[in-house]
Amino acid sequence: MDRVAVIGVGQTKYEKGKRETFSELVYEVVTRALEDAGITIDDVDNIVSVSSDFWDGRTISSMAIQDAVGAFGKDITTVEGDGTFGAMYGAMRILSGNFGVGLIVAHHKGTESSMSGITNTSFDPLVERRLGLDAVTSAALQARRYMDRWGILEEQIAPVSVKNHGNAKRNPLAMLPMDITVEDVMNSPMISTPLKKLDCSAPTDGACALILAAQHEAKQLSTHDKRVWLNGVGHCSDAFHLGDRDLSDTRALKEAARTAYAMAGLEPSDIDLAEVYDAFTYMELMWLEGLGFCDDGMGAEYLERGVFDFGGKLPVNPSGGRLSANPVQVAGLACMAECVLQLREEAGERQVEGAKTALAHGINGMCGQAHCVWILGK
Amino acid sequence: MADWKDEVEEIVFDGKICVPYSWTVGSTLSKWYGMMRDNAEIWANRCPSCEMVFVPPRKKCIYCYKDMNDWVKLAGTGVLETYTVVQHPEPGVYPKEPPFVYGIVKMDGADTGLVHFIEGVEPDKVKSGMRVEAVMSKEREGNFMDIECFRPIE
Ligand SMILES: [Zn+2]
Repeated sequence: MDRVAVIGVGQTKYEKGKRETFSELVYEVVTRALEDAGITIDDVDNIVSVSSDFWDGRTISSMAIQDAVGAFGKDITTVEGDGTFGAMYGAMRILSGNFGVGLIVAHHKGTESSMSGITNTSFDPLVERRLGLDAVTSAALQARRYMDRWGILEEQIAPVSVKNHGNAKRNPLAMLPMDITVEDVMNSPMISTPLKKLDCSAPTDGACALILAAQHEAKQLSTHDKRVWLNGVGHCSDAFHLGDRDLSDTRALKEAARTAYAMAGLEPSDIDLAEVYDAFTYMELMWLEGLGFCDDGMGAEYLERGVFDFGGKLPVNPSGGRLSANPVQVAGLACMAECVLQLREEAGERQVEGAKTALAHGINGMCGQAHCVWILGK
Repeated sequence: MADWKDEVEEIVFDGKICVPYSWTVGSTLSKWYGMMRDNAEIWANRCPSCEMVFVPPRKKCIYCYKDMNDWVKLAGTGVLETYTVVQHPEPGVYPKEPPFVYGIVKMDGADTGLVHFIEGVEPDKVKSGMRVEAVMSKEREGNFMDIECFRPIE
């Protein structure tokens, strides 16, 4: 099978209250990604644009930024979901043999609208939507279930926030670099038990673009030090209704991870760093378990031992993670961008020494209904 | 922050999208809500293949993809599988003032959980594993709020 490489990345700074329009954010990241790859928009033969209509406040939001992605006269297709799913679609298009160079772009503004109102509309209008459930209250139901099942205390999930906000201090693109303690997390206002303010990510604005290329084009257009290979990918979805799942179970993630590791011919122990979707503290631990980095229920203990610290055996979210910037649809693509920078040894102060293989993870749907796992290599 | 604001005075538009919908709830949920409204009963349906019992009822089993025509009446009792005490207000989204409690109840006789409000108990006394029962609304209109909440069984 042909291989697909990432040959360029572009990101905005992630922050709240950005004063640029959606198109302006997209112009910014596409321009950066093209410059990073050393190519022009004419070299790009297809585009995948990722967005969400409710967040943008318009229908067919992905089409509205077409001028900004340089799609005029080109083949463009759209994804509503996390950026990792857009990347998967883009890689599949290249592997079909019909395309050589693809641009994957995601944009999001969380601070121009209402996170609660928008995520409430993802619930079934025929059943539980009128309860008023939203992203944080449903996550809280999952957190309680996970913590009850494994006997995990609030003090044991709080260090995820301490670690990731601390990591963000080394990332100039992160929104919330902070020096905090477990006590600060524990004393932050309760949002929905057991989740406190510092257990939750905050609305964020930003955009990210990746340029993918088939092996032949990658070698023609790009140099060795700029190329990062997409060696494995897996995707799997769980049931839609929260009550149909045991919310402490990561069966969909396990399946996605199994597929990705098998495609890459690797095991969890081969991964040098991971960027996972930590929209909430407890999620990072659950997903690390589902990804096979430790047994189910053991995430908190590994975290306490420092395994997932920046200087640990497996640095997790060296970028600062979603807890430090969560541009929802962009988030998983930002995970991939961080992995690319790390593997190119361009991660500056947060460079994980000798990183050869990295894992990026994105989710879609409430409480991690669907997962996409990427394994990237130098 | 954007540097263009030094030179240009920014203009911001406020917006709101209000679009009406009339969603059919379909054959399966129409039957379910009808029995709630008319008889104050909560029903579920069973997969003929794996025998999983689903509440709310489904047209097809999510595991076997088989039609589910075998309906069973639930007693209305169950176990609280997980819960959260909502402390932060979200006017216009949350229909109640905090603190209030959401829970997922595994109803006796069913294999899936039902998300709903947990009431009739101090929020800080709610615990996973509690036995609870459904409280049906006095005025029932054929929707999910015909179940008012679940409350602990004395
Ligand atoms: Zn079945």
